[in-house]
Amino acid sequence: MRYFCFTLLLLFGFSSNAQEVTTFKKYDELEKYLEENKSQPLVVNFWATWCAPCIKELPYFEQLHNQNKAVKVITVSLDFEKDFETKLKTFLKKKKYTFITTFLAAKDYNNWISKVDEDWSGSIPATLIINGDKRVFVESDFSSFEELNNHVNKSINQ
Amino acid sequence: MKKFGIVALLALVVMSFSSLPAGYKVGDKATDFKLKSVDGKMYSMADYKDAKGFIVVFTCNHCPFAVKYEDRIVALAKKYKSLGYELIAINPNDPAAQPEDSFDLMKVRAKEKGFTFPYLFDEGQKIYPQYGATKTPHVFLLDKSLTVKYIGAIDDNVDDAAAVKERYLENAIAALEKNQEANPSMTKAIGCSIKVKK
Repeated sequence: MRYFCFTLLLLFGFSSNAQEVTTFKKYDELEKYLEENKSQPLVVNFWATWCAPCIKELPYFEQLHNQNKAVKVITVSLDFEKDFETKLKTFLKKKKYTFITTFLAAKDYNNWISKVDEDWSGSIPATLIINGDKRVFVESDFSSFEELNNHVNKSINQ
Repeated sequence: MKKFGIVALLALVVMSFSSLPAGYKVGDKATDFKLKSVDGKMYSMADYKDAKGFIVVFTCNHCPFAVKYEDRIVALAKKYKSLGYELIAINPNDPAAQPEDSFDLMKVRAKEKGFTFPYLFDEGQKIYPQYGATKTPHVFLLDKSLTVKYIGAIDDNVDDAAAVKERYLENAIAALEKNQEANPSMTKAIGCSIKVKK
């Protein structure tokens, strides 16, 4: 019986966990979530399934999640709400990414974009690194895992 | 050697300045341009002698965020033309980086959507960096002397035109009509990054 439970856990526990998407209705909920996870440096990537350069760089974030144990990788999807099941969940299921996936539904962009970073104009992809009270923000994409990893290491060792 | 040091230092200073994010702030004077539209003709703001102002919209074919605003852009162009404002759309993307934004496909899209305004191609990507556009859609409202009066989003609801609460751009035009400053004069929204070949 114990083995049976263990097998069940293996089958369902782990597999469902991989594509779990935490939804935030408001930006403040995301900010609170990041605050609660700040015990280690965070790499927060803003993306959407409709953004081609975002999709291109996601594998680098997956690699970062698997190889750079100093940081926690959290992706924040800005997809349209109507695409949540049909596009976002389908995409994540297909890709089997293991980094943390969240969805920010807040559409009052003008109220929260500057809270992420004063200089963010709103284009994606964009990546925020939070290390204690320090924040490093980049409004562009990374062209390789090495570039991302170097940027992350440089930012958290400043 | 000392001279070389000074020159190198100067070069460094100049380089560090040029790497600062360029682009206009409200109150700056915008550059005019001469760009080709989907009808094959070249357009400049100077061509519109009687215009009270210009709505310059950086937009494109491929970006879902820009596509959601297309009908609103078409409606704004019609509404404000009658009030003396010219809407000019500019595609800032390099088709080598985003093939959907080629000049030929711009023609197709303009026809499909019945664009009544110039849809210009930023050949060589010389204009968008001067404005400081970073994404599509990205709007700049200029008065007749090309002074920037408003920068940012069209309104506060990309998903649903009927559920818009704040019509940022229209409010800014209304303020300009009354010779007042727009409030807010700058807003932010999500958008697609401008595509540049690496």
